[in-house]
Amino acid sequence: MAKNISFTVRYWKQNGPKDQGHFEEKHMQNIPDDTSFLEMLDIMNEELINEGKEPFVFDHDCREGICGMCSLYINGTPHGKTAAGATTCQLYIRRFHEGDVITVEPWRSAAFPVIKDCMVDRSAFDKIMAAGGYTTIRTGQAQDANAILIPKEDADEAMDCATCIGCGACVAACKNGSAMLFVSSKVSQFALLPQGRVEAARRVKNMVAKMDELGFGNCTNTRACEAVCPKNESIANIARLNREFLKAKLAD
Amino acid sequence: MVTLNSRIPEGPVAEKWTNFKAHQRLVSPKNKLKLDVIVVGTGLAGASAAASLAEMGFNVFNFCIQDSPRRAHSIAAQGGINAAKAYQNDGDSVYRLFYDTVKGGDYRAREANVYRLAEVSNNIIDQCVAQGVPFAREYGGMLANRSFGGAQVSRTFYAKGQTGQQLLLGAYSSLMCQVGKGKVKLYTRYEMEDVVIIDGRARGIIVKNLVTGKLERFSANAVVIGTGGYGNAYFLSTNAMGCNCTAAVQCYRKGAVFANPSYVQIHPTCIPVHGDKQSKLTLMSESLRNDGRIWVPKKIEDAKALQEGTKQGWDIPEQDRDYYLERRYPAFGNLVPRDVASRAAKERCDKGFGVNNTGLAVFLDFSESIQRLGINEIRQRYGNLFDMYEEITDVNPGEFVRNDGKYDYYKPMMIFPAVHYTMGGIWVDYELQTTIPGLFAIGECNFSDHGANRLGASALMQGLADGYFVLPYTIQNYLADQAIWPRLSTDLPEFEAAEKAVNAEFDRLMGIKGKRSVDSLHKELGHIMWEHVGMGRNKAGLEEGIKMLKALRQEFNTNLFIPGTKEGLNVELDKAIHLRDFILMGELVANDALHREESCGGHFREEHQTEEGEAKCDDANFFYVGCWEYKGSDDAAPELSKEPLDYEIIKVQTRNYKN
Repeated sequence: MAKNISFTVRYWKQNGPKDQGHFEEKHMQNIPDDTSFLEMLDIMNEELINEGKEPFVFDHDCREGICGMCSLYINGTPHGKTAAGATTCQLYIRRFHEGDVITVEPWRSAAFPVIKDCMVDRSAFDKIMAAGGYTTIRTGQAQDANAILIPKEDADEAMDCATCIGCGACVAACKNGSAMLFVSSKVSQFALLPQGRVEAARRVKNMVAKMDELGFGNCTNTRACEAVCPKNESIANIARLNREFLKAKLAD
Repeated sequence: MVTLNSRIPEGPVAEKWTNFKAHQRLVSPKNKLKLDVIVVGTGLAGASAAASLAEMGFNVFNFCIQDSPRRAHSIAAQGGINAAKAYQNDGDSVYRLFYDTVKGGDYRAREANVYRLAEVSNNIIDQCVAQGVPFAREYGGMLANRSFGGAQVSRTFYAKGQTGQQLLLGAYSSLMCQVGKGKVKLYTRYEMEDVVIIDGRARGIIVKNLVTGKLERFSANAVVIGTGGYGNAYFLSTNAMGCNCTAAVQCYRKGAVFANPSYVQIHPTCIPVHGDKQSKLTLMSESLRNDGRIWVPKKIEDAKALQEGTKQGWDIPEQDRDYYLERRYPAFGNLVPRDVASRAAKERCDKGFGVNNTGLAVFLDFSESIQRLGINEIRQRYGNLFDMYEEITDVNPGEFVRNDGKYDYYKPMMIFPAVHYTMGGIWVDYELQTTIPGLFAIGECNFSDHGANRLGASALMQGLADGYFVLPYTIQNYLADQAIWPRLSTDLPEFEAAEKAVNAEFDRLMGIKGKRSVDSLHKELGHIMWEHVGMGRNKAGLEEGIKMLKALRQEFNTNLFIPGTKEGLNVELDKAIHLRDFILMGELVANDALHREESCGGHFREEHQTEEGEAKCDDANFFYVGCWEYKGSDDAAPELSKEPLDYEIIKVQTRNYKN
């Protein structure tokens, strides 16, 4: 049975990338603990609107942990302290206590400018993908799918790398604002599959160059990214990216 | 009344697509460079179409409402994608996939379209594997398959419980490749507000930049919409929060005919509703029905105890459980199609056998398969779904509870049907063109291939078939003589007028300044739709529902409150526009449901059922596509036209999943 709790939400308001931004507070009364965190924010917004105020702006969409759109920094952790492997939308009020003050901030990184409140611009990730996150295959020209046999272990490992949802929690958690976990997951998926080998060298060089150009920081192996990744991407991917990168550079 | 020409090619069903491709008009490489195509939406259909068209040489303008094309709701599809590869040596074939899909759709889809879908299904798997989509594999390195509802073969390809994600990321990769090459111009956080018609042809769109709030104009030689379905008209559905039907409804207002709106799919395996603050329902993949058994108690007193919380599922011994799908449909058991499974769950709950405090849930139990295969094997197959379920409900479906000497009892899931997918959509001909020349609709937003009910793992197949393998060919048949046209200026009076109208509509909505929030009105819409236009429909209820929808539109138009201004980012204004169109869509669904005096697939009229409670089709009177035409105002009643169905090789009969 659900029990109700009351707490205070301290949320970030910022009117565009140039605004300095500030916190505002709202007391939330009697919220059932089987409410999701985002549903709680819906309730908060409904109350704000009824008071004639502007609602709090944040990104969200599928609300089942797969689209990667939701992106709140809750009590100092990207996506909040959920069970291992969950996004903001999968955080439930049962993880909080009566009387808590819950601080909600946007992803903070030079490469992710704030659009409004906690909505940020993550188009840098798309630009990195456009630099090489694909295999060049013309529609309709592929051979029979079973013509390429791929060991189950390789396919499973590639799948683990491919589950990255591109939410950007890794960047938000990193003190350097590095996108290495995101980039390495994509590079690794293709590096592990024969279909991806053909363009492997070009891919890793172009994606890394684009990442550097867009203002993401370097990796200093603090593993903060891995700790907050909602899809449990491993920093072993970063090691693989480094090997791929070195191999590509040596071949130059 | 509009004339509907389905433009189905000549020849036997199995040769139509080949014949079409052999004789259609093509665009030469030089001319492709002169032609611009707008694609709205970046889901499976939109992204694959945009990528394929750009790679062919067309200039593509691609729009999405999210911050990245990768967020489109196709990403949330869990279970898999069908193809007639017959890799399992189980007798599958293109014909069988075609037949199962037509039968699954309760014989209300076009034969020719479905045959083409089954034909190209194999190319999709090849294409995706070449893109690096990591489908599940066997130890020998070959692709693995699982079975899905409505089929007696294993033809579903999957990537854990995240098949939609992997397929979408594949299409997104190809799209980003073309973006990198400059062939696709990508516009994220843009919403289509209107389609611009010049001399009877679709020539462009008006979009809203969701960040700046400004309206912008785009012109092109053709417009393709792949903007998904209208499930969110029910407020609570498995759709993402942003899913809306505004682009499609605006095309409908501009003259595109809307087909079969009453065919709404209610998915049997979703997490039950828990409270009135809930914002969406979460799907548990249909693939769970491969190893999970659905049941309610045999004894009504056990059901009462479950509802009062004095008993739990595992307290009820094996012999007192009613595995009602296995009992009623021995040939297909738990793998009956979705509409059949959903109605059976409703029937049990209506009789008082529901298993949670609201009485609106049934069990999905893995005890038998865990006992047979071990928890590790089951977790390997469904681990991420079990984790998702636990995070939402605080119950771990794989947790052992007791052994009664004979059986191991594990904690079961609770599930209940929820709105999931809409088979109805914009009417298109064989070439995926709407009744407005130059306007095409692909994926869930068209009506074409699923008839009255969609089989599991067929939505991904249709989205990618349309985007990779159908539209890029058929659109050329239209574009072939368009290269002689100079690029149209967006300063033309038609663009001017369309933008002005959208702006005036924003002003109207902002100016209502009433007392009700968008969400409060949307929830009310959801209640009306679920109660009166939901799983069990009847004449009196539908008539009552239509009255209530009219009253709701009145309330919306006079008592809506949107904070802020139309300038800049205003999420509430965007939601209000969506709601305006959900209300219109709701009425369309109700009108179509009222007119269709039969039960078929996702449309169940309580007056038309057999003694056993099964759907009763009326093929003599309703063997057609119900097509609705907008009559100039939201208040005017839409006009019905019919596209008769013509079956050449399949014999229409009553669906049978019993033996």
